[in-house]
Amino acid sequence: MIHPIPPGTRDILSDEMRELRELQATLIEVFERYGYGQVATPTLEYDDVLQRGEGRSRVGAYRFFDERGELLALRSDMTIPIARLVATRFADAELPLRFSYVGNAYRVVRPQRAQVRQFMHAGIELIGSDAPDGTAEVLEVLSVALDSVGLSRAVLGLGDADLYRQLLTELGVEDAARDRILDRLADHDLVGLEAEVETIEALDDRARETLLRLPGMRGGAEILKEAHQLGGAAVKRATQRLQATYDALVERGVAGRVQLDLSLLRDLGYYTGAIVEIYDPALGHILGGGGRYDELLARFGRPLPAAGFGLYLERVHLAQMEEERLAREET
Amino acid sequence: MPTVEAPIRARLGGPLKLAIPRGALWGETLDALDAIAVDTSRMRGESRSLIFSSDGLTLVTMRPSDVPTYVEAGAADLGITGKDILMEQTDRIVYEILDLAYGGCKMVLAGREDDESLGESERRLGGMRIATKYPRIAERYFEETGRQAEVIEVKGSVELAPLVGLADGIVDLVATGRTLKENGLEIREEIATSTARLVANRVSHKLRAAEVDDLVERLRRAKGGSG
Repeated sequence: MIHPIPPGTRDILSDEMRELRELQATLIEVFERYGYGQVATPTLEYDDVLQRGEGRSRVGAYRFFDERGELLALRSDMTIPIARLVATRFADAELPLRFSYVGNAYRVVRPQRAQVRQFMHAGIELIGSDAPDGTAEVLEVLSVALDSVGLSRAVLGLGDADLYRQLLTELGVEDAARDRILDRLADHDLVGLEAEVETIEALDDRARETLLRLPGMRGGAEILKEAHQLGGAAVKRATQRLQATYDALVERGVAGRVQLDLSLLRDLGYYTGAIVEIYDPALGHILGGGGRYDELLARFGRPLPAAGFGLYLERVHLAQMEEERLAREET
Repeated sequence: MPTVEAPIRARLGGPLKLAIPRGALWGETLDALDAIAVDTSRMRGESRSLIFSSDGLTLVTMRPSDVPTYVEAGAADLGITGKDILMEQTDRIVYEILDLAYGGCKMVLAGREDDESLGESERRLGGMRIATKYPRIAERYFEETGRQAEVIEVKGSVELAPLVGLADGIVDLVATGRTLKENGLEIREEIATSTARLVANRVSHKLRAAEVDDLVERLRRAKGGSG
């Protein structure tokens, strides 16, 4: 008898489970070593509580009514539940707070796209610690975690979520035009971006050049100088923020695997300042991401700066396998 | 400024893999590659191979609609495909980095010449029946223009559908309009324009930035030179 399971979900059998368990244990050991104690939150939450954290988010969550008619949602990431936890249960705790987690999260996907409805997420949250030091601490833990699971070639892309928002405000681009430009950037559509920028008559040539050149800038610290030369207060502030973070990373010995990247704009609604994407050359998909979310905790009544990252465990596992395969081929 | 440590060690293996669309964009794509001094003579021959090596690139040939799939997964670092394909597959996460400007065509709503069944269905049945190979573009278009339509996906010659009564009209890609005309169809509305686009995998765009940017720059210059 064949009994189906919903598309985008899967059974995990013993061999894989053993490797995933080892992977989790290695990561948790690193997190704990840096003082990030593991917490677990419910898979189910009240929808309005999660919504409070999401803002202008584009992530689809599974929602349903419980037996009393309450609207519930399956968590679509771990950061919002932890923000809820901090506001509710650590209202008077000494700062900063450090938490780690490993657990399943759920997102609505289109099937047959090699996307999954349920995925395993592992990461940390540092709450009550400002940029740049807080950001640098989180990225150091991330870097050690990647090394500990054998992904020593992995690269951290570091960008700034506020760069374009502030730049567009400075240039007087507002409302629908602003949203369209941010959407093109979040969609990685640089051709569409160019078309949108062309349609805004209020922009002079210099402003157009700035908007079109920034998303192509990625590399070492030299790109901050290049960007700075494009001019403008928003660009200056963003490059200063990135430079400060980069300097803090140099001090922690992590800068060697960081690629500064002004094209990054993650599509989760709560990011502010530094944003991070994680790549490994053995895999075509990002391994995870993170960044600062200095305004998220305020939405839960506890205004605190915060930063964190989350790794997609199944992809990390796949990257491990690919790296091992490549290493075998080379010998 | 503090010193920077060893550069990024990341190294994806071998030459850049570029996905090349067979079909309508094939000829002009090979011309574009010739223009940046990538030899395509073997691809123009009788060879049935799917993969070719040429001047520092690995060229992988496939259907245009498969290009976003391969590029999103990183099976190809870069790819060339039509904007129509990208508009239909909006959930594929790839960087769209260059408008190559060739392969121009229009996405249109077409109906039979001298025939009012599109309007009549809308009036008397509340919606149009539309056959298309691009169901998502069609659905989005009718939604955005505040109309209701029953979108029927077909795989083959979509012009057939209104001729035999499967649908009142079609949403399809039109280059010269000859096929429409030969089948007694005419353009009623233009939905969008499409040209060939260069897309990049999200990881390759970062970890092979210099090589990707170099190829983009060469293609951009060649485009400017010929246009």
